[in-house]
Amino acid sequence: MSRINSPAELEEFRKGILSKRDPNKPCITLCSGSACNATGSGEVAARIEEELQKQGLSDEVDIRRTGCHGFCERGPIIINRPEEISYFQIKPEDVPEIISETIKEKKVVERLLYTDPDTNEKIIHESEIPFYKHQKRLVFGSNGNIDPKSIDDYLAIDGYSALAKALSGMTSEDVLEEVKKSNLRGRGGGGFPAGRKWEGTRNAPDEIKYVIVNADEGDPGAYMDRSLLEGNPHSILEGLTIGAYAIGSHEGYIYVRQEYPLAVENVNIAIKTAEEYGFLGKNILGSGFDFKVIVHQGAGAFVCGESTALMTALEGRVGEPRPKYIRSNIKGLWDKPSVLNNVETWANVPLIINKGADWFAQFGTEGSKGTKIFSLVGKITNTGLVEVPMGTPLKDIIFKIGGGIPNGRKFKAVQTGGPSGGCIPEELLDLEVGFDELTKAGSMMGSGGMIVMDEDTCMVDVARYFIDFLTDESCGKCVPCREGLRQMHKILTNITKGKGREGDIELLEELAETAKEAALCALGKSAPNPFLSTLRYFRDEYEAHINEKRCPALSCKELISFYIDPAKCKACMICLRKCPAEAIDGGKNKIHIVDQEKCTKCGTCFEVCPPRFGAVTKISGEPVPSPIPEEERIIRKRKKK
Amino acid sequence: MDNDRIDQIIDKHQGEASSLIQVLLEIQSENRWLPKKGLERVSEKLQVPLTRILHIATFYKAFSLVPKGRHEVHICVGTACHVRGATRVLDTVQDLIGIKPGETDLELKFSLETVNCLGCCALGPVMEIDGKTHGKMAPAETADVLKNYE
Repeated sequence: MSRINSPAELEEFRKGILSKRDPNKPCITLCSGSACNATGSGEVAARIEEELQKQGLSDEVDIRRTGCHGFCERGPIIINRPEEISYFQIKPEDVPEIISETIKEKKVVERLLYTDPDTNEKIIHESEIPFYKHQKRLVFGSNGNIDPKSIDDYLAIDGYSALAKALSGMTSEDVLEEVKKSNLRGRGGGGFPAGRKWEGTRNAPDEIKYVIVNADEGDPGAYMDRSLLEGNPHSILEGLTIGAYAIGSHEGYIYVRQEYPLAVENVNIAIKTAEEYGFLGKNILGSGFDFKVIVHQGAGAFVCGESTALMTALEGRVGEPRPKYIRSNIKGLWDKPSVLNNVETWANVPLIINKGADWFAQFGTEGSKGTKIFSLVGKITNTGLVEVPMGTPLKDIIFKIGGGIPNGRKFKAVQTGGPSGGCIPEELLDLEVGFDELTKAGSMMGSGGMIVMDEDTCMVDVARYFIDFLTDESCGKCVPCREGLRQMHKILTNITKGKGREGDIELLEELAETAKEAALCALGKSAPNPFLSTLRYFRDEYEAHINEKRCPALSCKELISFYIDPAKCKACMICLRKCPAEAIDGGKNKIHIVDQEKCTKCGTCFEVCPPRFGAVTKISGEPVPSPIPEEERIIRKRKKK
Repeated sequence: MDNDRIDQIIDKHQGEASSLIQVLLEIQSENRWLPKKGLERVSEKLQVPLTRILHIATFYKAFSLVPKGRHEVHICVGTACHVRGATRVLDTVQDLIGIKPGETDLELKFSLETVNCLGCCALGPVMEIDGKTHGKMAPAETADVLKNYE
């Protein structure tokens, strides 16, 4: 491949790619993101190739292994183009039928379609499924159309046209002004306006400047950055290069977690091919602008997602944050001015340059423009990645797109903003998502994790869980975070174990206040949020744990017991056989009893007891009824007449 | 792991001290733990004091200073898995193989670790063994999965 030396050559080359592609040629696109790979996408792909060969169709059908489509609940996903016939939860054994029916005969295989749970209607096209219909997929939408390992696929969807536009038709000031005008705010947590950050670096006197992609996505339950990096790595490289041009940087870094091997692989391939094509390196597209990108793998430390800690890690040291008396966009990596934005922020940049700041700003609210990708997980029917305009009500995301809570349970709260965010209760579900709106409700946007909780989730345990996470991840540099969180964790653990005391809530509040005021970095300052927000909205649960030693959600292990109701038990032996602790006594026709001494409270009996019996119950805050006498335990079968 | 191999890895990174973490990651991924002899070699070659290397090796979660078992069991305790009952899965696995997170059994069969989100939240609770994902785990099913590993 010879380098592309000008925007005109790029357009020629693009035409060449498109002219070789027949839009009517059948193409099977198969989702191959990490989640689908885990459900067997690799086996399905192998089967497709084998089957095409067997049926003599290898040359007539394209296979494209794409990144994440977002609907992880129903993976692996196959979309048959150009008709856009969409099949879900595909197993290798479904493949022969798909090829002989859909590819050859253009017929729809009904049983593999998505069924709308409300109307029981079968839906053929991906875009008509409620999960997708209510989204606005500006940034994430291309994921399902391109093979992330193929730069030609990216060029075929107009890739690198924003870079060509910026380098040929715009001065670096123009680019900066456009981004400032769009009011793009950082998608990584803080929500700082990207344009202002860039401007600071641009104006800093130092000659050497850096641009950095923060792909150290550490929030548990959030994986949108990984999916972008895995599924559309060139869009991030393009955004990063445009940013580098705007501020006058010639070296960029991508800091990516080593826990994301596929993202590392795909981004390295993307860099290599972009260099070959001349989108990276010396004299990019003949503009005289030089830029190179280096990938740095993180070694597993949550705090490295914090900007200053990430920069110290890039320097090859222990990732501890430093005070921000001087911002890192003035004095950052190796003390040079450095712009750090997260993956999603960079991915928005090509869109803004291509379509203009005014176009971008039409989406969203006054303070938050554009769209945001959320990772909708937890107790939700449609787990997956969801991109909506800022200002969409939480209710719409959870119920219209997410399909509500599974198993007929009731919604309790949604946790946003990762470990440092907060829980939002049912009465605030009308809240429109945006940076300022979420902060006002005591939570935050964070990187966009959205964990849905139902009535079985104990809010005290959730607070304990997050404080435990942050205690573990605290780098230990400053006292309020290192010691304060440890004490908070201890008190919260005691409460969930039924050892809570009067005054615990007040003590927790005091510790939270101190960490908020005195911790060094954002991790420590926001660490008490999960506690403060759950206390604000679910104080009664804290009080029940402390005063009555009762867990209202029947979740805290130390506060609950499993009990088999003798009136309902049919002595079917299912729970008895499944119990990993052998804590259930009984036999055929002999009513089962849980041995409370042996019970490890794993909950297996509760889960396996057939719903038509519903004999196993959880008890909290009251003693377990004593077992019925031996002679009453025998169930006598009615004699046949 | 011999010194030649370590030298090769260091040379690949142009012997720069700022690549220290990348060098350690490669040694870890090939050897599955960081032996003291190897770290001494890295210290000598990169001209970085051993104390700083140990600071890094103990700070980041990816590194292990003790040998790992033949099979690495990772239980996801990310938020989505947590609300779906990951703690109960973890408790059962601990009982079954008799070690706590961060430990390796005496026969070097299993190493157990908790991880914060593998990004397969639709499959939660998730247990990963040697890179293979086992989704929607119930405590009772863990025994069936674990017995396949020798």
